[in-house]
Amino acid sequence: MKIILEQLLNGLTIGSFYALIALGYSMVYGVMKLINFAHGDLFALGSYLGYTLLVFGSTYVTATLGIWGGMIAAMLIAAIGIGIAGTLIERIAYRPIYSVGRLPAVVSALGASIIIQNGIMVVWGPRPQAYPSQVVPSVMLNIGGIKITLLQIIILLISFMLMGLLYYIVQKTTFGAAIRACALDRSTAALMGINIETVIFFIFALGPALGGMAGVMVGMYYRKISFIMGWNYGLKAFTATILGGIGNIPGAMLGGLLLGVLEMLGSTYISTAYKDVFVFLILIVVLIFRPTGLLGEKVAEKV
Amino acid sequence: MKLNNSTNNKKNIFTYWIIILFIIIFLIFPFVINAYWVDVFFFFGIYALLGLSLNVVLGEVGLFDLGHMGFMAIGAYTTAILNVNFGIPIIILIPISAIAAGAFAYLVCSPIIHLRGDYLCIVTIGMGEIIRLTLNNNPFGVTGGPNGVFGIDFPSLGNFFVIDNSAKFYYYIWIIVGLTIIGLVNLQHSRIGRAWNCIREDEVAAESTGIDVRFYKLLAFVLGAALAGVAGNVYATKLMMVSPESFNFMESCMLFCIVLIGGMGSIPGVLIGAAAISLFPEFFRTFAQYRMLIFGVAMVVMMVFRPGGIWPRKRGALQLKSILTKAGTENG
Repeated sequence: MKIILEQLLNGLTIGSFYALIALGYSMVYGVMKLINFAHGDLFALGSYLGYTLLVFGSTYVTATLGIWGGMIAAMLIAAIGIGIAGTLIERIAYRPIYSVGRLPAVVSALGASIIIQNGIMVVWGPRPQAYPSQVVPSVMLNIGGIKITLLQIIILLISFMLMGLLYYIVQKTTFGAAIRACALDRSTAALMGINIETVIFFIFALGPALGGMAGVMVGMYYRKISFIMGWNYGLKAFTATILGGIGNIPGAMLGGLLLGVLEMLGSTYISTAYKDVFVFLILIVVLIFRPTGLLGEKVAEKV
Repeated sequence: MKLNNSTNNKKNIFTYWIIILFIIIFLIFPFVINAYWVDVFFFFGIYALLGLSLNVVLGEVGLFDLGHMGFMAIGAYTTAILNVNFGIPIIILIPISAIAAGAFAYLVCSPIIHLRGDYLCIVTIGMGEIIRLTLNNNPFGVTGGPNGVFGIDFPSLGNFFVIDNSAKFYYYIWIIVGLTIIGLVNLQHSRIGRAWNCIREDEVAAESTGIDVRFYKLLAFVLGAALAGVAGNVYATKLMMVSPESFNFMESCMLFCIVLIGGMGSIPGVLIGAAAISLFPEFFRTFAQYRMLIFGVAMVVMMVFRPGGIWPRKRGALQLKSILTKAGTENG
């Protein structure tokens, strides 16, 4: 029983990474109907930005802000940097080809992904880098016999805060209403006086920013980052997005958390080697019975 | 609908000569370049064959398939396992690989063929990953895990004609590509090809005109997978080994790019796309670690300036013209 609960917690931790990345995919898809294949690599870039700040800036940052300040600063820097990178990619690679259908954007996105991936390799080198160990004190807590690290608690807290914040922005604010309107019908939204350019700008800043923060947290959690990790996490997060229903914000959160938990339970009770097989099989089975994902609404096909 | 317009005839003869010229250049190629570049052009041929096979699914029918390398893996591993363990000659294994990959595509795609667009896309990605991971995990000890399977024979006809060097492999793959192109061009102009294009343009309209959408979609997947299986066979015999990492998601993405860079549904376009993907990184080897960076930039620039691909297929323009001229002569 304890093992199940511990694995559930581990799964939730990994799942919250997937959920944060999946939100970026889902938001961009919801508004632009575009799969941002560069998103996974933006996440990796965020991880490297945080790494740089924590390693090279540690003397200044940690000295002035303390350990916690250093962590928060790294996440903020990653968020801002990746937000800018996301909007830049949108400007350069996607904006010129919105009008010609969706497939050219896929190639363009893959191109952008290769650029970021190899850019990371050129700047930081091809070898995996190790995150500094003492970002968060390694404290093991024992709650009723269930072991949980302080880092896990912090990651879960931050992730759920960020997800809650995003949910609040999208569901409760006027700007969120504008985003939802754009997701339903962009041209009608424009006729209603919504500035689509601003919405797109924020979508491409906000989604990748969340991914960037997830990157820093993955770095702190696993302590090893490599320039190709964007593909793995991107693929998993994209799976999570589809599992929950693409274009659907709560769906992305649910999909991500569910994927993390399933992966952990699968690797504990079935086989570590087949955990990814297990994840993809579940995705396929879900899609056979619910072709638009768990929370996806049935979309009437335009004729 | 015969095209007996004189300008069209001239144009046809012109393209005919260009094709002949290309074939001659391809024939003498191995004599003027070194073995390294012959090998590069062999892999260009492999990519061309894979591009053609994906083009059936993506270009002709418009089904997003981002797990196409999985089918190639099935073909390659079928060849490898049957040849290494049972000593079955490669030449017999070509159709067997094709059938294995096609049958696998039929089994896997039957339940998911009703999915649309991006959902089909992720399911095919998942399928490709499942194949790769399963091969990597060495089920029943037959796939050899991450190391793969070693010691595959060269393709041969009996004992007297063995394809054992770069130049022979080069001719071998390009003969297969040539035959495939002839087959696919005929298919494009057949009832099946027209049905596929109709489904791509408008699925609902296609269904309402009596096209069995499910059947034709499955047919495209099976045919595409079978061709990829043949490519897997050739690939396995060339490298004499197969390992799961050759069939990863990145490679499937590259195939997707081959079709889109060339131009959807266009056979010359696929060849150009395959050339771009396989030769471009070779030409830029001098840039060392910046090579793939430049490659990525080229992909973005390419799509921004030519979103339809380098050689997009002209759809139905000729047929429409001939109907109009025919109608005109009949009425006037």
